[in-house]
Amino acid sequence: MIIISVTQVAKLPFSTVAKRSLIEIPFILFAILMPFFGTGERFEVGSLNLYRDGLLAGASIVAKGTLGILVAINLSATTTAREILRGLEILKMPTPMVQIASFMLRYINVVNDEMQRMAVARSARGFEATGVRQWPVLATAAGALFIRSYERGERVHLAMIARGYQGDLPKEERVANHAKDWITALSIPALALAISLLSNWLG
Amino acid sequence: MSNSENSLVIEELAFAYPDGNQALFGVNLTIKRGERVALLGPNGAGKTTLVLHLNGILSSGHGRVFVAGKLVDNEDKESLKQIRSKVGIVFQDPDDQLFMPTVGQDVAFGPYNMGLRNGDLTKVVEDSLSLVGMLEYKDRPPHHLSFGQRRRVAVATVLAMKPEILVLDEPSSNLDPASRRELVDILRSLDITMIMVTHDLPYANELCERALILSGGVIAADGKTTELLKDKELLKKHRLELPVGFTL
Repeated sequence: MIIISVTQVAKLPFSTVAKRSLIEIPFILFAILMPFFGTGERFEVGSLNLYRDGLLAGASIVAKGTLGILVAINLSATTTAREILRGLEILKMPTPMVQIASFMLRYINVVNDEMQRMAVARSARGFEATGVRQWPVLATAAGALFIRSYERGERVHLAMIARGYQGDLPKEERVANHAKDWITALSIPALALAISLLSNWLG
Repeated sequence: MSNSENSLVIEELAFAYPDGNQALFGVNLTIKRGERVALLGPNGAGKTTLVLHLNGILSSGHGRVFVAGKLVDNEDKESLKQIRSKVGIVFQDPDDQLFMPTVGQDVAFGPYNMGLRNGDLTKVVEDSLSLVGMLEYKDRPPHHLSFGQRRRVAVATVLAMKPEILVLDEPSSNLDPASRRELVDILRSLDITMIMVTHDLPYANELCERALILSGGVIAADGKTTELLKDKELLKKHRLELPVGFTL
């Protein structure tokens, strides 16, 4: 409920959320199977023979999975990748990891373009990937792509040294957080905490 | 020896790669402050190797390089840092040079490493971007720009370090005619010592008064660009030629 209302506040179109949630389907299928296999207490619903433990475990997978995915959708749809990285940096994620992730962000398009050019070049000379026999060609292409990317990495490093790289990247200026931002950010976990305390107290 | 009139002095520079392949066989060269010099030569002549010596990325076994009167010394990390801010290299592929998430951050990379922060940093970034006419693209990611725009940003990233010498590796490669023209105008407007590595002879002629031919690891010719380009025999000997139909 809380997360759905966040989605509302974030003004995300329902279709986007629905489309991105599709990734959960395999997990749900697995969870549906769980009540049929298990041990312990059994009971019958109509003609179905169910296990109580399995049912609970399955339900909890569906609930946790759905919540997790909805939160992830909200984060990725409202925050740019750059801001997420900056957030991780502020949260004291090790600098090398943040740097690796930011270079990945920068070069994923370049490498992808390169891969597509290679695919075009292959098909321009009559290549069609129809079966196992074509795998060696694809493997060679993947190898070439790795080597090219590695060499580009070396050239980038050279360019960085030429401009005085000494191990840390410039940080963006931090936008000061206002009290209002803190209250907005804390309202959601506070609400969740309140509900869980309430349910403990009641039951 | 060197004096401060000269931006660059190279004495007897020789270099062999670790695999034994010798690229430079004793290069001697002096470039005065404010000169624009074209470095011409066939593939494999050692042009890139020479360029990488200018700011100590490669260190030679033999010979010396002086930038603005200071010796490039690989042992001395502190002076190397200064030299690297004095020699700005614009590499051939702008994707190798623009590695930060946005254009502005990329231009800030060099001056940040030189110790600039906050207001000073912002000012340098904006000044450099306006020199190449790219200020309005400050917050864009580099991969959304055209190739010509990326090359201009690459020039800005180097200008932001206020170099003594600007070194351009094949600046005209892969540019369409309009982008070529824009880059010529930008480079002309800069008051800076410039070394341009290229095979694009008309481009060299347009921008540079003086030209050098590097061939087989030595300076094979040094003179006025127009004179060198008129000498068909000389060009042919070093695997260079003017485009068909082009006359000086």
